[in-house]
Amino acid sequence: METVKLYGAWPSPFSYRVIWALKLKGIPFEYIEEDLSSKSPQLLQYNPVYEKVPVLVHGGRPICESMVILEYLDEKWPQQPLLPSDPYKRAEARFWVKFGEDRGPSVWMIYRTEGEKQEKARRDALEMLTILEEHGLNGKKKFFGGDNINIVDIAFGGIAHWMGVIEEITGVKLIEDNKFPLLKAWMHNFKEVSFINENLPNREKMVAFFRARRSMILSSA
Amino acid sequence: MAETLTLLDYWPSMFGMRCRIALREKDIKFEYQEQDLWSKSPLLLEMNPIYKKIPVLIHNGKPICESLIIVEYIDETWKGKAPLLPSDPYERAQARFWADYVDKKIYEGGRNVWSTTGEDQGEAKKEYIERLKVLEGVLGDKPFFGGDSFGFTDIALIPYYSWFYSYEICANFSIEAECPKLISWAKRCMEKESVSESLPDPEKIYMLLLELKKKAGK
Repeated sequence: METVKLYGAWPSPFSYRVIWALKLKGIPFEYIEEDLSSKSPQLLQYNPVYEKVPVLVHGGRPICESMVILEYLDEKWPQQPLLPSDPYKRAEARFWVKFGEDRGPSVWMIYRTEGEKQEKARRDALEMLTILEEHGLNGKKKFFGGDNINIVDIAFGGIAHWMGVIEEITGVKLIEDNKFPLLKAWMHNFKEVSFINENLPNREKMVAFFRARRSMILSSA
Repeated sequence: MAETLTLLDYWPSMFGMRCRIALREKDIKFEYQEQDLWSKSPLLLEMNPIYKKIPVLIHNGKPICESLIIVEYIDETWKGKAPLLPSDPYERAQARFWADYVDKKIYEGGRNVWSTTGEDQGEAKKEYIERLKVLEGVLGDKPFFGGDSFGFTDIALIPYYSWFYSYEICANFSIEAECPKLISWAKRCMEKESVSESLPDPEKIYMLLLELKKKAGK
């Protein structure tokens, strides 16, 4: 079997999407930790377009962009499917993945900004969460994928673990106590699943890292 | 039960064009419904409540939104003719990666070219050409991005060809001079009926752009 390598970075939710998919499918892989402040020549060679993690290298051939990687994994290793088999349900799942890619950055904008810009980012993020609550999770079972985690759950994993860290560091609360009951339940269910639970970056480490980085970002703005 | 297929679209939309091309590649009969984006129809709002945008493909009453998702849906539902994605998973990943690159870099890049002036426009032009050259590099000497057959990445990018004329006039440059291989590729695509029937006349797009600019007071 050809080797599978994953170039990732421990603070990145995008890296974790691929780790979760690999673990779910039981695919053996070699993990290479990248220092994003000093990127390796291999990473730059494998991802010249974006110079980002994650990059999956299978049999020496690179695949970039986390959601492209996930669809590739699903096609090469069909066990524990990430996408449903029905074309309409696949289109629905892909819609939610794209929604997350389009609107997810608003949460990171809260982290990267302050003042008016941050306030706008907060409104955008709340709108995204409201749409997820009212349209995405409405009528669903435990997960976006039904009884089991699927590609949409993995795509939104950042919300389950990274968003709380951003809320803590910035003091901007998104998930207020009585609002978003479905989303809160989903976040809880998601993190209870063993292959997710066993593959999450340490929260204290994240808070320290992201807090320091936010100071740097704001001071150079 | 008779199958119904409706495409909610707007004639100059690159995203709509992708869907038209995919349907025509597969010889699928569909009803084209022109939408007024300044006065959105109840049907559009019902079928795409989250984004309220075109294109939307409505298949037997059920909506599919987002152009590349629609193209994949068409490919997966009508498997018999003209596969739009390659069969090899690695090649499929490359096709998806480059179609995504078009979405991330070409749409906004082009908009920056026609909507800015002066120094900003100079910068926008430079950036846009660089991005087109990346795609030219990916194409290489192949007839299409997918190799010998017209496919997913070609479908993602070719609609922009109808807008090149407008960008060139607005910013006073020639895309063909900078990216000759890309323009050869575009002309090759235009020889396909599915493409030539789906792309509007570039002159009409330019007239529309002038109208839109006037409305925006530019």
